[in-house]
Amino acid sequence: MLIGFALFLGFWYLAVDVWKLPRFAQLPGPDAVIKEWFNRNPAYGISIFTPEYYVDIWVSVRRVAIGFALATALGIPLGLFLGWSKTFREFVFPVFELLRPIPILAWVPLAIVMFRGLETPVIFLTFLASFYATALNTMLGVESIDETYFRAAQCLGARRAQIFFHVVVPGAMPFIFTGLQISMGVAWFSLVAAEMVSGKYGLGYLIMNSYTDVQYPTIVIGMITLGLVGYATSALVRAVGNSLMEWHVRELALGEAA
Amino acid sequence: MSGGAIRIDDVVKVYDPDGSAILAVDHCSLDIPAGEICMIVGPSGCGKTTLLNAIAGFHSITSGAIYLDGEVLCGPGKPQAAPGPDRVVVFQNGALFPWKTILENVAFGPIMQGRLSRKDAHDKARQMMADAGLSGTEENYPGELSSGVRRRVEIVRALMNDPKVLLLDEPYRALDSLTKSVMHEALLEIYYRNPVTIFFITHDLEEALFLGQRVAIMTTRPCRPKKILDVDIPHPRNYSVLTAPRFRELMEETIEAVHEEAIKAFAAGEKEGG
Repeated sequence: MLIGFALFLGFWYLAVDVWKLPRFAQLPGPDAVIKEWFNRNPAYGISIFTPEYYVDIWVSVRRVAIGFALATALGIPLGLFLGWSKTFREFVFPVFELLRPIPILAWVPLAIVMFRGLETPVIFLTFLASFYATALNTMLGVESIDETYFRAAQCLGARRAQIFFHVVVPGAMPFIFTGLQISMGVAWFSLVAAEMVSGKYGLGYLIMNSYTDVQYPTIVIGMITLGLVGYATSALVRAVGNSLMEWHVRELALGEAA
Repeated sequence: MSGGAIRIDDVVKVYDPDGSAILAVDHCSLDIPAGEICMIVGPSGCGKTTLLNAIAGFHSITSGAIYLDGEVLCGPGKPQAAPGPDRVVVFQNGALFPWKTILENVAFGPIMQGRLSRKDAHDKARQMMADAGLSGTEENYPGELSSGVRRRVEIVRALMNDPKVLLLDEPYRALDSLTKSVMHEALLEIYYRNPVTIFFITHDLEEALFLGQRVAIMTTRPCRPKKILDVDIPHPRNYSVLTAPRFRELMEETIEAVHEEAIKAFAAGEKEGG
C-alpha cells in the first residue's frame, strides 16, 4: 500500500517539477501542495491551521450526512416494498425507472426553483442520487432471497408481516449495505457538483472558488480532502454494516479460509 | 403424537407454463397411515416434488384431493390450505435462515405462532437440540456448520412445532455416503422419540429401504405409484440390517422396478433433449 502511494507521489513530482510535461507544467507539484496544506500562514488562505478549512469540511459533511440519512430512511423502505409486493412494484417501478437515468446535474435548475435558500437545493441533489442507489439495491436484495426461505417461514407458521421482518429485511441486508456504500459515493459526487453550481462554503465550493481565483494548490488540497473524508464515510458505512451482519462477516471469513 | 394420516386420492396435476400442458402427476392415489415412514422413490423430475408441494400447500392440484386426518387439504371446491406448522417441509438444499443463529432458527416456529414465549421456546430448543446431540452449536450461524449438522438442526427445527407430518425432499442428497449413514441413524433416533408421519422423497434405494416402513416406487412423468413395497424389517433398526438377507431380497425387488422407470425416464429425456 505504501509503495503504491510512494510511486503515485513520485510520478506526480517528476511529471510536474522535474520533467515539466506539457499538460502538467501548470499544475502544482506535491511539494507546493504539502507546503501550503501544512502552512501556518498559507499563501492562499486555506491550510490545516485555518478555521475556514474546517468550516468547508463541516459544511460538506453535514450536507452529505443529511442527504444520505434521508436517502437511507426513504430508500430502504421503498426498495423493500418494491421487492416484496408485486402490486406496489407495478405502480411505482416504471416511474422510478424513468426518473432514475436523469443525471443529477440535470436536476440543478429545478432544485434551485423548487427549494428556497442555498442549503436545501444542495441537500436535495445529494439526497436524490443516493436515494436511487439505495432503493434499487434494496429491491435487488429482496429479489435475491431464495424462495425456499419464504416457504420455510410459512411452514413454520410465520404470517406475512412476520416474514417481512424475519426474512425480507435480514435477507436483503447484504445488498442493502452494498447499496449504501455506492450511495455514499454518489452522495459525495452530487454534493460537489451541486456545491460548484450553487451554495456557499463546502469543499466543492472551495475547489471552484480557488479555480476562479487561480489558487491552484488549494484546489488540490480540496480534492485530497474529499478523498480522505469520502473514504472515512465509506469505511463508517462498512463498519456499521459489519456490526449488523455478524452472520455475513463470519460466513465470508470462512469462505476465505477455505 | 396423534394423527398425521395422509390420503392422496386420485390426484392430477397439470402444469401449463407456456401453453404446452405438462402432466406431472396422473391419477395418483396413496394412503399413508399416521406415524408411518413412507419413502417415495422415482427418477429425477418424475413429479414427486410436485406431490410434496401440494401436500405442503405451496401449489394447487388440478383434480383429486389430499386429506390430512380426514380433513381436505386441497381438492375441488375448497381453497388450498395454506402451508402451516402441521406439515413442515425439510428442503432439498436446506433452508436454515443464514442470518439467525442455530438457536434462533430452532426456536423460530413456536415464537412466530405465538405458542411459546421467547424464553420458553429457547429452553425447549436447547432441550431438543441436546436430545439430538446438537448441544454446543446454539450460538453458531448455519454457515459455520457442516451440511450434515445443518440437516439435523433443520429436522429438529421442524419437530419443534409438533407437526403431524414431516415432508422431506431429498434432504441428504448433497451428503457423502458416510455422513448419510450417520444422518439415517440420527433421523431414526429422533423418529423413535417423536413418531410423526414422514413423507420422504429420495432416489437412493438403500436410504429408502433402510428408513422406510413402506417404499412407494413411482412411475416416471406422469407420476403415480408403480409398486408399493412393504419393508417387513422391524423397527428399531440400525445399520446392521443392511447386510441382512431379507434386506438384499427387498433391494433386488426394488432395483428391478426402479430400473425399468429409470430407462423410461432416460429415454424421455433423450427425446426432449433431441
